[in-house]
Amino acid sequence: MKKHWYDHLWIASLAYLALGFFNILFAWLGLLCFFIPLIISAVKGTKGYCNRYCGRGQLFGLLGGRFGLSRKKDIPGWMKSKAFRYDFLAFFFAMLFVMLWNTWLVFSGAQDLRQAVTLLWTFRLPWHWAYHGTLFHAGVAQLAFGFYGVMLTSTLLGLVTMVLFKPRSWCVYCPMGSMTQLICKAKNKNG
Amino acid sequence: MNPVKIRRKAAVNQSACVACGCCVKVCPRQAIKVVRGIAARVLREKCVGCGKCAAECPASVISMQEAEA
Repeated sequence: MKKHWYDHLWIASLAYLALGFFNILFAWLGLLCFFIPLIISAVKGTKGYCNRYCGRGQLFGLLGGRFGLSRKKDIPGWMKSKAFRYDFLAFFFAMLFVMLWNTWLVFSGAQDLRQAVTLLWTFRLPWHWAYHGTLFHAGVAQLAFGFYGVMLTSTLLGLVTMVLFKPRSWCVYCPMGSMTQLICKAKNKNG
Repeated sequence: MNPVKIRRKAAVNQSACVACGCCVKVCPRQAIKVVRGIAARVLREKCVGCGKCAAECPASVISMQEAEA
């Protein structure tokens, strides 16, 4: 099958994680993975992002498929239920608001910048080596630390379910996937 | 004798499909597509029943069903 330029976006996903290790401000690029799927679904009414451009999905597909790092077993029923998928979406958004709140606290001066990446919403990893000051406000860096934590956490969860179940199991409960599917359902209701 | 040919075709459980498009990528005949970002649909006249999509589907919502060809 013919390869397109977008079949190599897994490299961008890897590069994102690597760059954030050296300079946390690169984490801002993660906003692309947030807004592009939303824009595609809202404007075109398709899941074009999941279907073509999602570098993370490609990375899991590669590691679990070609590299064989997956048991290739069926995902448990509860994990693909709408209840779990939508609850996970709600949880993800709640955590996103916590992150924005923390950013606001730093911007307003109520809290100092925390040079740490929070993994699985619980474990705070030191990450000070990736911070070299910012031209703007410390709050800009706080959002970067927060967003990198979200990306690292979801990659980790995706890797675990990749190994346990099928390579792209993450796609089943990916919050962005659930949300873009909901947008497509709403948009295509009358058509 | 008039033997009826039985062939297998892929069938998607539409309500459980997450529309990720993994099936589309592995189909050698472009016989499955994601319709309007909601669910995948099999083009039965193109499907040869190879089962690649069913094996790939991360939610395991594609099954191979016997159908009269």
